[in-house]
Amino acid sequence: MNTALIAQASENDTQNLTGGLFIAVVLLTVAITFWASRQNKTAADYYAGGRSFTGAQNGFAIAGDYMSAASFLGISGAIALTGYDGFLYSIGFLVAWLVALLLVAELLRNSGRFTMADQLAYRMRQVPVRTAAATSTVVVSIFYLLAQMVGAGALVALLLGVSSDSAKNLTIAGVGALMIFYVVVGGMKGTTWVQIVKAVLLMGGTILITVLVLAEFNFNLSDLLGTAAENSGQGSAFLEPGLKYGVSLTSKIDFVSLSLALILGTAGLPHILIRFYTTPTARQARKSVLWAIALIGTFYLMTLVLGFGAAALVTGDEKEEIATSGGNLASPLLAEAVGGGPGSTGGAVLLALISAVAFATILAVVAGLTLTSASSVAHDMYANVIKKGDVTEKQEIRTARIAAFVIGGVAILLAIPGKNLNVAFLVALAFAVAASANLPALLYNLFWKRFSTRGATWSIYGGLVSSVGLVIFSPVVSGKGEDPTGKNLSLLPTNIDISWFPLENPGLISIPLGFFFGWLGTVTTKDRDSEERYVELDVRTMTGAGAEK
Amino acid sequence: MVEKISPEAHAEYQRINETDAFAELKSSYLRFVVPLTIAFMVWYLLYVFASNWAPDFMATKVVGNINIALVFGLLQFVTTFGIAIWYARFAARRMDPIADRLREQYEREIER
Repeated sequence: MNTALIAQASENDTQNLTGGLFIAVVLLTVAITFWASRQNKTAADYYAGGRSFTGAQNGFAIAGDYMSAASFLGISGAIALTGYDGFLYSIGFLVAWLVALLLVAELLRNSGRFTMADQLAYRMRQVPVRTAAATSTVVVSIFYLLAQMVGAGALVALLLGVSSDSAKNLTIAGVGALMIFYVVVGGMKGTTWVQIVKAVLLMGGTILITVLVLAEFNFNLSDLLGTAAENSGQGSAFLEPGLKYGVSLTSKIDFVSLSLALILGTAGLPHILIRFYTTPTARQARKSVLWAIALIGTFYLMTLVLGFGAAALVTGDEKEEIATSGGNLASPLLAEAVGGGPGSTGGAVLLALISAVAFATILAVVAGLTLTSASSVAHDMYANVIKKGDVTEKQEIRTARIAAFVIGGVAILLAIPGKNLNVAFLVALAFAVAASANLPALLYNLFWKRFSTRGATWSIYGGLVSSVGLVIFSPVVSGKGEDPTGKNLSLLPTNIDISWFPLENPGLISIPLGFFFGWLGTVTTKDRDSEERYVELDVRTMTGAGAEK
Repeated sequence: MVEKISPEAHAEYQRINETDAFAELKSSYLRFVVPLTIAFMVWYLLYVFASNWAPDFMATKVVGNINIALVFGLLQFVTTFGIAIWYARFAARRMDPIADRLREQYEREIER
């Protein structure tokens, strides 16, 4: 009788359960935001959460900010579909954190206040460097944000089992409205707690599924891999590099280019950088990166089990579904399979749970991105470029809130018509811009005394224009044609082809260019003003003397 | 400039910058992170290149279905964790005490 009852759990019930858990996630995060907003008084509260987060808290928040739905659903999906090459991708995402730990986190915490630009503006001319840094901050964040929002529309629709255009539009608008709410009401404090909660949910959900998958194979990894290879139909090639990136010389070089952008881009992502300001000291910032590395590393190790687990354990119709979803449904359907399979109560509960985790993941990441752009617009552009520093904290915070509304609104308006376009490349592009435009300027500023205002603006604009420019003429924007199912693989309609740059990832060219322009702009100017305050910057970054408290 | 600082603070920064302790702090930091950064980047790129251009080597089975590609990938995790811990220990032992002393000097001087 029991089995009969279990079998009654229909697809409808699963969707109701998923919907219920989505609402629970929304209610939980809204409550947190209200609770966190009680003490939002000063600019440091709004932009940096009062610099009151411990290393461990900030480590969870960094992990929550960094691990997007693209890595949760995308990487396990890529492994499920292309085997080992999906794993290759995630290693770059982790190793990158060493750049942040060794070269950036502590020094930035000691020398900046609220935004990436603060660190440059410490010894450069305010208006040009802030304008440049704010431009690249907003560009990187909007690219990343658009990819997340378009992805959210498709994902939530997929997870809830609705596929109409109006449902997707509604989802995008709903996610957008929520992120605006978190940022406007909660500021950095609210956003941080949303990210912490998300990181806990994500780690918990992933650990649960990983253990269940491994238990199916008596914790024998080799057996899991063997079954995955067998069921993939690819044999042992499934466990070796090459299925995705190894098809041609171009795709191999493209992979090198992507790898460079990943390891150098992370430490230049503005939404990651501003997280370092939320701790009381540089030492806590260091501790937070250690926590982040532990969490992110553990997570990517588990995606290996999830991806190969999905290839090994998900069969029949569900296997087809993973392929049609481009891999995004691998983790949720794996959860259903290890919970007892389609139609079982256990399967339905786990499917709903993992879907809700994915939803929380999307919310936390888009909130972080919106806050970052709004902070840069308010603190860099409004307060320091337009008003030349002659503003009260109250005016600045109000501007940040208005900016969050506008940026969120623009993101919704762009994501709705863009929802059927192929925008997955925007995440890789955001990393490439961060590596080409932001990281060179940050590193030069910290370690090269002679670095000048012109060098800073040239490296930022040079890296930005070359990375975005190359992508416009790359196959991701036009000329890639259609896949066998008739889906356009490029951004522009298939009858337009303006591509001449062969790589999909510009990093290989644009990162050296960013460094080159920074050097060129500096050695060709007689301006030595920025050297005067290098002594101070140097002492401050290394010792924390005079750092913001 | 981002914030005007007092002539006293400026003088104190100058003074600290010229101390032997600061020189030691900065050089021990750079001597630690620069070679290590180069090393982990080369190690990572070696992995990327091996995945691209040495498929037969990467496909070699080590035990059961576990091949060199997987071991190499997992080693990237191990080295990342290891370097992170190594740096944290180094910083706590060799850098933090000097930085604390110099910062306290600065604060005493400025808040007097």
